Amino acid sequence: MSSEEFRRQESELDDLYRDIIIDHYRHPRHRGHLTAPSASHEGLNPLCGDEVTVEVVLDGTALGEIGYTGSGCSISQSSASMMTEAVAGKSVAETHKLIADFTAMMRGDESIDPDDLGDLEALSGVRKFPVRIKCATLAWHTLAEALKEAAPD
Amino acid sequence: MSQDTRDKVGSALDVNAIRGDFPILKREVYGKPLVYLDNAATSQKPRQVIDALVRYYESYNANIHRAVHALGEEATAAYEEAREKVARFIGAPSIESIIFTRNTTEAINLVAYAWGRANVGEGDEIILTQMEHHSNLIPWQQLAAEKGATIRYIEIKPNGTLELGNLSELFSERTKLLALPHVSNSLGTINPAEEIVAEARKRGVTTLIDGAQAVPHMPVDVQAVGADFYAFSAHKMLGPTGVGVLYARPELLEEMAPFLGGGEMIRKVTLEGATWNDLPWKFEAGTPNIADVIAFGSAIDYLDALGMDNVRRHEVEVTTYAMERLRGLDDVTLYGPDDPDQRGGVVSFNFGDLHPHDVGTILDRHGVAIRAGHHCTQPLMRCLGVTGTARASFYIYNTQDEVDALIEGLKAARDFFE
Repeated sequence: MSSEEFRRQESELDDLYRDIIIDHYRHPRHRGHLTAPSASHEGLNPLCGDEVTVEVVLDGTALGEIGYTGSGCSISQSSASMMTEAVAGKSVAETHKLIADFTAMMRGDESIDPDDLGDLEALSGVRKFPVRIKCATLAWHTLAEALKEAAPD
Repeated sequence: MSQDTRDKVGSALDVNAIRGDFPILKREVYGKPLVYLDNAATSQKPRQVIDALVRYYESYNANIHRAVHALGEEATAAYEEAREKVARFIGAPSIESIIFTRNTTEAINLVAYAWGRANVGEGDEIILTQMEHHSNLIPWQQLAAEKGATIRYIEIKPNGTLELGNLSELFSERTKLLALPHVSNSLGTINPAEEIVAEARKRGVTTLIDGAQAVPHMPVDVQAVGADFYAFSAHKMLGPTGVGVLYARPELLEEMAPFLGGGEMIRKVTLEGATWNDLPWKFEAGTPNIADVIAFGSAIDYLDALGMDNVRRHEVEVTTYAMERLRGLDDVTLYGPDDPDQRGGVVSFNFGDLHPHDVGTILDRHGVAIRAGHHCTQPLMRCLGVTGTARASFYIYNTQDEVDALIEGLKAARDFFE
């Protein structure tokens, strides 16, 4: 393998496992159960066995509290941790918008500029590993379901 | 086979010569030589099998059994010859007992529908194990739910073998079926199928063995095992995808209604009804997977030439070496029996606090293909208290050097996440 090729692969791995992702995996934020959740939803990735349960407490139309529990690969668990930081204190509508933008970014939708998503941009490297995309989006789909239960239209 | 080309891992097989027969083993993945250690999922295919497929399509492609022309006769002969090879390979008494399906899963579903719907009723019981592949679990759960039957499970011990001490207590007057894997796809455990089947037969309980991980890797004689039904797949034993085998005692097949209806499986059809074809064709409705069945025959020829005792010996050697090397790494948890004689060529493990998917992704970048996850055995993973494992599984072409590549890849994964 050429040294150029080797560097490209190493950098793809570094893209997948960016420092911030490893940091969230090692030091998860908002991990744990809430005392009185308005809704709780369990998301499963049957392909890999990743499990994420997201709990929310609504404060009027805002997301008062959010927590998650679960087990799975670094991508699934860091994405859950990063998500809880990104949505904490946002309104339900803003949260839905962010879920839509994030999942669109992971699908490779070019109308989304990953840099507009702050730290979440770090997860864009997962797109080069198609089988892992579902790991990254699991917590987000689960949050969407939890919100539907907490605040039905 | 000359002695000097034998792989240093052992003397059972001429691995270098074997590797020369597998075109795919020459390819690179991400610039590294492919190290294929996902054989429990599917095996690679030798040139002889690929050539058999090409030969069929290039020189005698035709539908079978009804053509009056030369091509049809040749295709029919080749297809039925493959059936004879399968029967001989597993020690079946006759071709009547060999039904070609799409895969092991379809073979088990055939039994669950054609035998299960007629023989399992409300209040009846089925015995399975906690180590079932979903393919030998879901069809029975569906049957039990539909009929109001219950399923009891043989538990697994911490060392990954079955808890058989209380086996007799699991049977009742209502037990209709006992089904289990011959070899666990997740743990590699070789179950004492003969012994368990004998317990069931003593009580008049019908038995089914999921042999998907056994027939490719060790000598299997279905009559010695003694089960009523025995299922396995071609693609895990050098053959093409899309071919499974159901062995069944012909007396049971005679009693059973067909699974699928259509062409080929009939004898006489009127607008009012039909009568069924002879065994085994009664259970092979529609045009079968002719090309792949014929090529499966070539896969059996290949394994026969190696000798299944030698295949088994080679796998024990590679597996023993892999377990030794894995134990040499700090922080590796191995699952399944410690004794390589009690396991097939499957090594399931976890590495430190790294998730198997993360391990798998790093290994992949080193050219090493393993499986990571629950291996279609979610209840078993729950028993083990894990969400998944990394699994390396070996076959005739794997070498000691490839085990070394696995170990180097694991070290790289550890460094990466540190």
